[in-house]
Amino acid sequence: MIKQLSRIFILFVLVILYAPILILTVYSFTNATNIGAIRGFSLHNYVTLFTTPELRDMIIGTVVLALVAALLATILGTMGAIGAFYSKRQVSSMIDTLNQVPVVNADVVTGFSICILLVVVLGISKDTFIPLVIGHVTLCAPFVYLSVIPKLKQMDASIYEAALDLGATPQTALRKIVIPQIASGIVSGFSLAVTLSLDDYFIATYTKPATFDTISTYVVNATKGAQTTIKTALWALSAVIFVIVVLFVVVSNLKAENEEAAD
Amino acid sequence: MREKIIELQNITKTYDNGFTAVSDFNLYVKRGEFITFLGPSGCGKTTTLRMIAGFELPTEGKILLNGKDIANLPPYERPINTVFQRYALFPHMNIYENIAFGLRQKKMSEDVIKKKVKKVLELVDLEGFEKRSVATLSGGQQQRIAIARAVVNEPEILLLDEPLGALDLKMRKEMQLELKEMHERLGITFIYVTHDQEEALTMSDTIVVMSKGKIQQIGTPEDIYNEPKNAFVADFIGESNIFNGIMTGKLKARFGGGEFECVDDIEEGTLITAVVRPEDVIITTPQEGTIRGTVTSVIFKGIHYEIVVESGKNEMVIQSVRAPKVGDYVGMKVDPDNIHIMIAEDNTNYFMVDINSDHRLEFNGKLLDTSVTKIIKGSRRLENGSIADSAGEVIDPQRTKISAAIHPRNIQMTDDISAGNVDGYISNLIYKGDHYSYVIHTDLDQDFIADDEYLWNMGDHVGLIMPVDKMTFKLVRK
Repeated sequence: MIKQLSRIFILFVLVILYAPILILTVYSFTNATNIGAIRGFSLHNYVTLFTTPELRDMIIGTVVLALVAALLATILGTMGAIGAFYSKRQVSSMIDTLNQVPVVNADVVTGFSICILLVVVLGISKDTFIPLVIGHVTLCAPFVYLSVIPKLKQMDASIYEAALDLGATPQTALRKIVIPQIASGIVSGFSLAVTLSLDDYFIATYTKPATFDTISTYVVNATKGAQTTIKTALWALSAVIFVIVVLFVVVSNLKAENEEAAD
Repeated sequence: MREKIIELQNITKTYDNGFTAVSDFNLYVKRGEFITFLGPSGCGKTTTLRMIAGFELPTEGKILLNGKDIANLPPYERPINTVFQRYALFPHMNIYENIAFGLRQKKMSEDVIKKKVKKVLELVDLEGFEKRSVATLSGGQQQRIAIARAVVNEPEILLLDEPLGALDLKMRKEMQLELKEMHERLGITFIYVTHDQEEALTMSDTIVVMSKGKIQQIGTPEDIYNEPKNAFVADFIGESNIFNGIMTGKLKARFGGGEFECVDDIEEGTLITAVVRPEDVIITTPQEGTIRGTVTSVIFKGIHYEIVVESGKNEMVIQSVRAPKVGDYVGMKVDPDNIHIMIAEDNTNYFMVDINSDHRLEFNGKLLDTSVTKIIKGSRRLENGSIADSAGEVIDPQRTKISAAIHPRNIQMTDDISAGNVDGYISNLIYKGDHYSYVIHTDLDQDFIADDEYLWNMGDHVGLIMPVDKMTFKLVRK
């Protein structure tokens, strides 16, 4: 009895978690104009999604932004983590704390304050993309730091010394010994940064150029508007993103399992 | 006489928090020597090694390598290589790449590297391991690779930081001999760090015994064993019976409850520390013995028996191939040659304390207010009051002894006999400028040394108050 109840409960949770996106996915393959009335199977949402220049540019722009911001954030976050790790205890715990604040801080506050500083105080135009990129790097770098630090702590500290002892300069030791040891942390930091940037709405609204949209800002505007073809094409976009995410999670879990098996 | 390869002059290392790990360390090492830094954990031996390697910079002093000061040179510019305690192999590289790492830093050609790696793998008996990954190797194999990786660079000095510490006993014994052989074959100077005295005695040409950041004694293994310079060295190297005592006449010393003849000519009345190795005590009939006592424990150790005889409050550990029975009343004598007498340095009193049936410490039938769990590393008190060690095994009070040490200046003398931890009669007093140093002979045939600024008379009956917080304890497991 209890076993059955627990199964039902799990099923209930799974339905809550997955039903919304499944409904959207189903509707994306129809020619319905709004949720409720299904008339027939159609791929026209997908055609619109990949052929409308506006949509295509928006998607490409978002992805490029995510990759650039994640790359910069990964470099900064990794450097910060390594620097903090090899600093004296007080310094490193101070950096740890300072790094926590932006992680916990509300995005809307981060976005707004970056906008104030860069655009209003420093007078940098939003059209240069600089405020947007800096905003996203600020958002992502602390998370990269957080995913690299544990790898450094797990690393056998004496291997860095061993490299120096064998004649490597600190730079070589860092490149050939430390970085490969923390690579998995850097990679997961990078993927986290990409997702964070793709996800972000608040920082982008405050810092993006008026003519540029990320998926988030675009979706928010489009759902407010009355353009039905675009709106239903976004169902297709949601479905595509969902499939990519599922693939990513499955592949990375399989990889992790393989690695564990190898150990 | 071989030349000095490395010389440490007045090396001191003080950390930012004010802790001095090494103070005024002076030592030279000759080319090709196998020298061992030996001491308990926290004695500064590893810090000294790390300063030679370049991982730590000395606060003061010079490190001369072939006459040139290298104290501030970074590790990668020193012709010195290290074998680390936990191997420190690079996990993401295979064995070949691990060993080649140092050679690659020197920009050697791939052909040369290949030959050198092959040769050094032969040296450590791991031919054909080039393609293996670090994770597939056993601890012993990893240690050999760590040695190979260091040796392949042909360093002038090889530093070894407790390299066998992580291996099991059998493997450790094998590796000791192999390392010794490798040292002879390669002719490289080895500086070895260990806390294992047996390892040090087996392998070294020279041993440097360290304690609390200072050198206690430098000498060959034989010197260190036979002629320890102070009580610390005697206690740390091998097993020993250490007694406080006093010179009572020409070549005569009283300690351990009897008067012994000895070969050290020290002025009468001098306070001494006497060391007798367990294998040098001869068991005789009570009449023939210099001292007498009752056998309290006999343990078979394979090649010999370890016998404990209690004589008054003194305890003598004896190693002998013939065993008396527990409870036998026996005599003990020691050949004068085998009594090692040192002028007492700080006169620290050493004495055994008991663990009573409640698993609390007791001395002379009086409870000592201290925690046994603090003395035995990693131990904890169980619910029924008994003590379990770090491995979770219950400690048997019958088989566990704890020795206590207290400095004479921390003992307070009183004429209220019952207030003291122990009482006795003053048998000797020396004026030391600003205080008197007294020898108090107890009814249990123990001599205690106590400092007091007031004058007492010879023969006075006094109580000795020994504050427990001034005592240091050490576990001596039987």
